[in-house]
Amino acid sequence: MNATIVAGLLLALIAVAYRAGWSRSVSLAPAAGGRLHSRPVYHGALTALWALAPALLVLSLWALLADPASRAFILAQLPPDVAALDGPKLEEAVRRIRQIESGLGVAGGAAPFENAAAQALAEFRTLAFAAVVAAAAGTGALALLAARRRITARLRARNEVERIVGWLMIACSVVAILTTAGIVASLLAEAVRFFTFVSPADFFLGTVWRPGFSTTGHGAGGEYGLLPLLWGTLMVAAIAMLVALPIGLMAAIYLSQYARPKLRNAVKPAIEVLAGIPTIVYGFFALVSVGPFLASAGTVLGLPIRATSALTAGVVMGIMIIPFISSLSDDIIRQVPKGLRDGSLGLGATQSETIRRVVLPAALPGIVGAFLLAVSRAIGETMIVVLAAGNSPFLRLNPGEPVSTVTVTIVNQLTGDTDFASPQSLVAFALGLTLFAMTLVLNVAALYIVRRYREQYE
Amino acid sequence: MTTNARTEATPMHMPAERIVPQSDLYETPSSTVRTPDAEPRPARIVARKVNVFYGAKQALFDVSIDIPERAVTAFIGPSGCGKSTFLRCLNRMNDTIEGCRVTGTIRLDGADIADPALDPVELRARVGMVFQKPNPFPKSIYENVAYGPRIHGLARARADLDAVVESSLRKAGLWGEVKDRLNEPGTGLSGGQQQRLCIARAIAVSPEVILMDEPCSALDPIATARIEELIDELTQNFTIVIVTHSMQQAARVSQRTAFFHLGNLVEEGPTDMIFTGPLEKRTQDYITGRFG
Amino acid sequence: MNAQERLSLIRAGLSARHAREKRFRLYGVAAIAAALGFVAILFGMILVRGLPAFTQATLSLDVAFDPAILKVEDKPQRREGQSPAEFRKALLDWERKVTMLNFNRIVEQAVRAAAPGTTADARQALSIVETNARFQLRDMVVADPGLIGRTVRVDMLASANADNWLKGNIDRSLPDAQQQLSAPARALADQLHADGRIRFAFAWHIFTNVDSRSAPAAAGLAGAFVGSLYMMLVVIVLAVPIGVMSAVYLEEFAPKNRFTDLIEVNINNLAAVPSIVFGLLGAAVFINWFRLPLSAPLVGGLVLTLMTLPTVIIATRSALRAVPPSLRQAALGLGASRTQTVFHHVLPVTYPGILTATIIGVAQALGETAPLLLIGMNAFVAQVPATPLDQSTALPVQIYLWQGNENRNFFEARTSAAIIVLLALMLTLNAIAIFLRTRLEKRA
Repeated sequence: MNATIVAGLLLALIAVAYRAGWSRSVSLAPAAGGRLHSRPVYHGALTALWALAPALLVLSLWALLADPASRAFILAQLPPDVAALDGPKLEEAVRRIRQIESGLGVAGGAAPFENAAAQALAEFRTLAFAAVVAAAAGTGALALLAARRRITARLRARNEVERIVGWLMIACSVVAILTTAGIVASLLAEAVRFFTFVSPADFFLGTVWRPGFSTTGHGAGGEYGLLPLLWGTLMVAAIAMLVALPIGLMAAIYLSQYARPKLRNAVKPAIEVLAGIPTIVYGFFALVSVGPFLASAGTVLGLPIRATSALTAGVVMGIMIIPFISSLSDDIIRQVPKGLRDGSLGLGATQSETIRRVVLPAALPGIVGAFLLAVSRAIGETMIVVLAAGNSPFLRLNPGEPVSTVTVTIVNQLTGDTDFASPQSLVAFALGLTLFAMTLVLNVAALYIVRRYREQYE
Repeated sequence: MTTNARTEATPMHMPAERIVPQSDLYETPSSTVRTPDAEPRPARIVARKVNVFYGAKQALFDVSIDIPERAVTAFIGPSGCGKSTFLRCLNRMNDTIEGCRVTGTIRLDGADIADPALDPVELRARVGMVFQKPNPFPKSIYENVAYGPRIHGLARARADLDAVVESSLRKAGLWGEVKDRLNEPGTGLSGGQQQRLCIARAIAVSPEVILMDEPCSALDPIATARIEELIDELTQNFTIVIVTHSMQQAARVSQRTAFFHLGNLVEEGPTDMIFTGPLEKRTQDYITGRFG
Repeated sequence: MNAQERLSLIRAGLSARHAREKRFRLYGVAAIAAALGFVAILFGMILVRGLPAFTQATLSLDVAFDPAILKVEDKPQRREGQSPAEFRKALLDWERKVTMLNFNRIVEQAVRAAAPGTTADARQALSIVETNARFQLRDMVVADPGLIGRTVRVDMLASANADNWLKGNIDRSLPDAQQQLSAPARALADQLHADGRIRFAFAWHIFTNVDSRSAPAAAGLAGAFVGSLYMMLVVIVLAVPIGVMSAVYLEEFAPKNRFTDLIEVNINNLAAVPSIVFGLLGAAVFINWFRLPLSAPLVGGLVLTLMTLPTVIIATRSALRAVPPSLRQAALGLGASRTQTVFHHVLPVTYPGILTATIIGVAQALGETAPLLLIGMNAFVAQVPATPLDQSTALPVQIYLWQGNENRNFFEARTSAAIIVLLALMLTLNAIAIFLRTRLEKRA
């Protein structure tokens, strides 16, 4: 409701201001001998931007201040004995009044003073909202008038609009940087809080993962050794690469070097379908089909393989990564200059000799880059391991046994818990930081290698 | 036959060294080809009625030519005339191009190279190739030269291989420049050195014929001069076919020249005859710079 | 070594070399066969398991609304002088009374009427009908109190256990102790099936119902679907304009210096950051710091927006790079400003590319699960969210929740069915992308 009013107000403001700027500039045109510096659309757009800016400013100020203001109002309404309460009890009283006001009931019925306060709060909020909307509309209208007065035939409206658009574009570009900064800052901040409970040495070098439950009280109360999780992560990723690299690379080689265009155009998108399938689907596939299959295959072969194990998760993750490797390698192999292939074939090498001895060595840096990107993907993959790795955080050598990984543990420790006070949930951020650092190194190295490779053959 | 033989040439009784391939004069492969040298040379490669198609498009029309042994034959003509296409027929490099089809016969020492019994791998070991752009492999200089002998199993022992590498680099005139850095990458050499490395790589398998596809077009004049000298020296041991867009180069290095135009072999004969007294008007026009 | 020796050496090696060539080729074919095989197995497995879930055992019973059991006063009518609030209160009281009536008994009698000879007791008879049947009957009575005293043919869902039994998802030879239905109930289900009282009907409710724990057979995807829809709207509204603006700036306006180089590396890296890290960001920033509500599609949409942004930026930039410089020079040469050139001439050419990138990004976001788990979207929500700030789940998260349901036999098929729906949605998105791109490219 409120959102609709605000949106309507802003749209109306834009429309009126645009129209005002447009018609003003048009009316000026004859006096200036039909020559305006900028076309009327720019005058309209500039006026609209002028009108919009203060209105948005007022509204965003209110978005920031609404909560503290209503809190202050509630505190003022409370009887002195309640207002004198401290800490959690005061918070509780404030929360109850808010709940009554929003129409939800409260436990134990509402006291008369609470009902009165809620009533007053409702009136206050309605009034405040009306005032804010009026203020936004008023400042917007004033700015509109000011902008309209500025319009002359020589006003460089286009340049001003373009400058504003330019700043808008820079602001948009900064979002990506802010995201990275946000990731680093939030992970670091929460991880540092975690390290007040558990020393970094115990975390990074510990070999036992037994965090306990946060309900058993605050304080460390458990062991937070990263190594079992890291081991599981690396084992699953290694198995995945063992599956994905040969299949993906050979498929890329065949498609780029042997296949006729018709076959290539049919097979390439079919393999890339694998890349579009959500990871949760792979997880389900691993859990329901691959896991039981591997387990029974293990029974036949006399190998101890569990249905949910590092092997299951790794194999399915490998399948997921095949198209990633194959399309990256395909691109890279196709960038190897044709002259090198011809040179080798011209000496009488067979096609496979050419590929193995000339094309692949030439493409090696690029393929290494693709490999690193794939590894980064494998260690960051979550849903497949959540469903199929068995969640068993122990240092075990046998890939047929269940394992746990960094990503699984992040999900387990944080799911359903957003009270970031206990080490049990804060550890997720320390794990996230570890994961982010690992993938960052891999990604940057891979991007650097691939970029250098591309430049070499450009 | 001497070079002034051309003065007697008339269409009525054409001397053997002047071949106008559209005629049916040569139904059977001739056994010798006259070069400007005193001695006639036996033909190493004999091509008859070669047509090349790229898909539905025909790129070469009934090309017939004899390539003499231990001499340089130059193919000239404006770009797109089919001279490189024909060159690539001679070691079946066109097989590697999708949708390319070759008809007619090409014989190497009397054996049909299109014969399924003749392996293209073997053919290419016998007919080596040097390309337009120097294309050393991203390996060391040594490994570049050793590549051919290695894949063909020609040198088992390290010492044999070392000897082949050294002699090939010597023949290519590169030994002095690189003997102290055989383990450095071949891509680190200058353009002209790279091309000589590619020549060394080609002669390391001791082919009978070396095909050169505009080997100097990517090089500066000094490097070009060096390669031309080298080609001249190589004539001692190898049969060389060179495609060039530079008539001066053809005149400098070759004993015989063939002029291609629009997929036809217009005229072929001893180089100085082609340049000084061509029979065909189109050849004359090209050589005098009316088109090209 | 003379030429003849050389040739014979080469010939000697040929057969082994050709054998190696063949082997290498075979590896390539095998790799492609393996990759395609995985695609086939994956889809085959999902289809084989999921398709049966789209039909469900449905009972068609003659329900007698027995006035002896359904004893309730007449539905209140609004009287003269009664305030709306009073009337509403009376109506609610009446509805509460209707709800308290013993509809289970009505259901049981309907089952017995359909199979007169059954030995099943009340519990056993009710165990083959889904538990929501009584609410279905209650809603019918509330809507039309005149039903009381009449007998009407009503279609209701069989319980999940009965569905399993009739579909053969449970080994029929297992002893009683391992069966979920008692022996009389199983006989009853078989009898009703043989009589045609239980049919397999298309399960429309998968699309129209929300998730349900008490009545698993009636659980549907509607809530998750709307939740996903809200998130995709947020992603489109935010990621596309921000991504395109950012790409235009970086590609067309930004000076080439270390700062823009940093942005470039940063964006490429962001595209490869694990999705779960975005979930952590969402939990720490949106939930813990901004205090946005848990489980809200708005927050999910924001997290997915940040995740999709690099995809949109990278694709838009490569589309911009593909625009020939002559177009820019032509526009600049005619006196257009740089901004005009970019926005009026260059950008329109790239619409097909941007569109494709957007749809690929949205499809990727649609299938993303891990970050949503960290912002509470895995809560059980039995409602269609009315606004993007209401509690909700999402399609992939619903799949995650269903695969973890303890009624494995039933929910394995149900999960596969949900996967089919999700994949069909993504396929549709991609088909639309391809269709629009070809249309737009033709016009351009």
